[in-house]
Amino acid sequence: MDYAMRSMCARPRIDMPLLEVTNLRTSFHTRHGIVRAVNDVSFAIEKGDTLGIVGESGSGKSVTCYSLMRLIPEPPGKIEGGTARFDGIDLLQASPEQLRKIRGKRISMIFQDPMTSLNPYLRISEQLIEPLLIHEKISRADALKRGIAALEEVGVPDAAKRIRSYPHEFSGGMRQRVMIAMALITKPELLIADEPTTALDVTVQAQILDLVKKMQRELGMAVIWITHDLGVVAGFCRRVQVMYGGRIMERAATEELFQQTAHPYTRALQKSIPALQPKGAALYTIPGMPPDLSRKIDGCPFAPRCEFVQEQCGQPVELKNIAPDHATACVRVQKGEINLKTNERQ
Amino acid sequence: MSAEFPTVTQHAGEIEPGQSLWQDAWHRLRRNKMALIGAVFVALLAIACFVTPLVAPGAYEKTNLALGAAAPSHAHWLGTDILGRDMLSRILYGGCISLSVGLAATLVSVLIGVLYGAISGYVGGRLDVILMRIVDIVYSLPFVVFVILILVVFGRNIVLLFMAIGAVSWLDMARIVRGQVMSLKKQEFVEAAVALGLRKRRIILRHMIPNVLGIVAIYATLIVPSVMLLEAFLSFLGLGVQAPMSSWGTLINDGRKSMEEYPWLLIYPSLFFSLTLFSLNFLGDGLRDALDVRASKD
Amino acid sequence: MLRFIFKRILESIPVLFIVATVTFFLLHRMPGGPFDTERSMTPEVKKQIEEYYGLDKPVTQQYFNYMKRLILHGDLGVSQKYFGWTVNELLAGSLPVSIELGLEGLLVALFFGLIAGVIASLRKNTAGDYVPMSVATLGICIPSFVTGPVLILVFAIEFGWFNASGWNFPRDRVLPAMTLGLYYMAYISRLSRGGMLEILSQDFIRTARAKGASEQRIVWKHSLRGGLLSVVSFLGPAVSGIVTGSLVVETIFDIPGAARFFVGAAFNRDGPMLMGTTLVYAVLVVAMNLLADIVQVWMNPRLRFE
Repeated sequence: MDYAMRSMCARPRIDMPLLEVTNLRTSFHTRHGIVRAVNDVSFAIEKGDTLGIVGESGSGKSVTCYSLMRLIPEPPGKIEGGTARFDGIDLLQASPEQLRKIRGKRISMIFQDPMTSLNPYLRISEQLIEPLLIHEKISRADALKRGIAALEEVGVPDAAKRIRSYPHEFSGGMRQRVMIAMALITKPELLIADEPTTALDVTVQAQILDLVKKMQRELGMAVIWITHDLGVVAGFCRRVQVMYGGRIMERAATEELFQQTAHPYTRALQKSIPALQPKGAALYTIPGMPPDLSRKIDGCPFAPRCEFVQEQCGQPVELKNIAPDHATACVRVQKGEINLKTNERQ
Repeated sequence: MSAEFPTVTQHAGEIEPGQSLWQDAWHRLRRNKMALIGAVFVALLAIACFVTPLVAPGAYEKTNLALGAAAPSHAHWLGTDILGRDMLSRILYGGCISLSVGLAATLVSVLIGVLYGAISGYVGGRLDVILMRIVDIVYSLPFVVFVILILVVFGRNIVLLFMAIGAVSWLDMARIVRGQVMSLKKQEFVEAAVALGLRKRRIILRHMIPNVLGIVAIYATLIVPSVMLLEAFLSFLGLGVQAPMSSWGTLINDGRKSMEEYPWLLIYPSLFFSLTLFSLNFLGDGLRDALDVRASKD
Repeated sequence: MLRFIFKRILESIPVLFIVATVTFFLLHRMPGGPFDTERSMTPEVKKQIEEYYGLDKPVTQQYFNYMKRLILHGDLGVSQKYFGWTVNELLAGSLPVSIELGLEGLLVALFFGLIAGVIASLRKNTAGDYVPMSVATLGICIPSFVTGPVLILVFAIEFGWFNASGWNFPRDRVLPAMTLGLYYMAYISRLSRGGMLEILSQDFIRTARAKGASEQRIVWKHSLRGGLLSVVSFLGPAVSGIVTGSLVVETIFDIPGAARFFVGAAFNRDGPMLMGTTLVYAVLVVAMNLLADIVQVWMNPRLRFE
């Protein structure tokens, strides 16, 4: 074994992120043209880290994550290019077999609507222990024991009895707890959460958020949290990236994103959080409509709705660092032409 | 899947805004080639069937015993039967009977179905539950057996035939009309009529029925093939149309008996009948898809 | 679950009772009878015959007698056409044949229909979808009294692979079962394709994929149950249609089943025979509907708790 090899093996892979996505492009081929849902997206997440992906519906945040898991329905969907390295394996090139070994074992997902994400025809027990039966050599009885333990862990009361129920006998919040227990039962290294609180009551939202936080502390997994709600991100994620029109607009550590906002879209999003506005102020909504992704957009996709728009915004844009670990896709911010901090609070 | 995945429906850009339901449906129907071909075929066949007896009356019963059962030729395109009668004439004449019975029976079933469904849907409550339960039960019975009983008991004439067939084919229609009426009931103009103090009977007749008529017409096109099938079925068993009249069912049955020697006597009536059923089914399905209405139990 | 079954059985009793009553009074109105065709019948002979069949008593009396014997002994009375034979005796010999034919037709329909439908749903918009679905469209539009003779023409007369009629050897079952099952096969394949496509597009299938489930597992464990529910609810109407279809198929293939007694009785105005066969058909259909309902509830847990 030569020196270089040994040094690689000896050193823990600190430099290598758990998941590294580069130049991901996903589109949908519909009868009315090609919809470029994700357009040249690159990001990475370290072990145990928490990354929030924020954007309105249609921004490509969910499609990004479904592409990583290869859960895009093909056709009409198609992953056009890019790589997604997870522990040395390119998820986008992996064989179905390789993929199955990773899904549900090393990368788990929880979904937006707990009402439709559980199979109504199967008992909770069947669905909950399925990842164990698929990925581990374990007897049914042992798997059931772990299933009950997992349900207790996520706070389902009377777990030993309720594990025999069907999904429709559970409330939405309880179902999302089941989904979380199911996703975490194999102790994955990465959890992708696709707006898991959107369909739930506000109080239940907070409980679910706390639950995921607690489980993350216990299991040490990395979490990608997809949401349209900057407020959720603020309390939960260490890093955030904001997406719009299939592209990343800005990426930074959470605090930095709020304090040193470096993209007009991020600022507009912040302004539209009611809780961050002075009492009595009119609710802010971003003027205009989200972009039609079936048309090719060369420049900044937010330009038509941006108050700082200039001719140069029609030129191709690129995500660039303006500080260590703080990147923006806004050309004008990159050039220092506008400063968003100063007019944050009028 | 996730709401964010673009679907085809999101981009229904071809259809201009402001089009009515009917224009919209017409648009969709025109794109459905099979439905259009079906419509043309049925139209041509119907014309041929109904015009032939007028143009050449009696051609179908002109026997030519010397000729006997002859294979298709220039003189007789589809051959002749055992008595030397021209098959094409007989098939067209039989089609006339089959189509007439089909239409008449459909009319009967539509009348019963619309009335039953409209009352059930409009009155609602306990009556609705009972009426729909009855439909469920009747649905699960072998009703053809009862048609046969009715024909046996009350005699086998053609009027009774389509009355009996119509009387057992109204179930789907009742369900559809009920569903339509229930959704119409909640709409404003009906509520306005109620507020004006109009009587129930009047509301049903003047407001409900005109509004469900379009959907009824479409479902009726799907009833036509099913009642034609039933008529042919009964005639095949010898319990339907009686000699000297002949429908496609009786022709097929006659053909079956001599198919070893004269296969064309079986094949041509079967072909005409199957193609007609095909066309009517495609047309009906096309119309239904164009308007996007569905029979549902609830 | 047990309560549901019990309730459904209780519900079918009045249904059968009403069927029996309606049929009885309907047939009582039937003009004439098989005796009309007897050449000359002296009033004494006629009176004797009427006494033998109990036709001299008032209708209500006849009705109560009939129902009493039916309920207590399962006695369907004496055939008026086949002298000296009871309806029970005649049906005992022929009904098993009809039931066998019906079951075989149903099996053919379920087996090929389900396979074709499920495969078509998994191969959506490929040849593996278009071919079986086009065949299914054909199967739905061509009635059994066309398929039957055509099958005989091709496979019995042209190729000589099967007998054109009869019910003696196992291979005599093939053509009748195909003829009887074809329509239902076609319908079931469409229903199962539609049901599977709907289920396969559900969110919970994505969940299963995200768990690392294999395609086989997704089909067998997660989709079939929900995807085939519509097929199960179609079984009730299907059985009723198969009973009807057997009338034609048994005629075409000259099968010694119950249908010839029913059709024969319709021609001969043999009241007890018509009554008996109608009742037996109704019982069969109601029982199969009950079974289908139970299977449906068993398959769909959401129904189980209502």
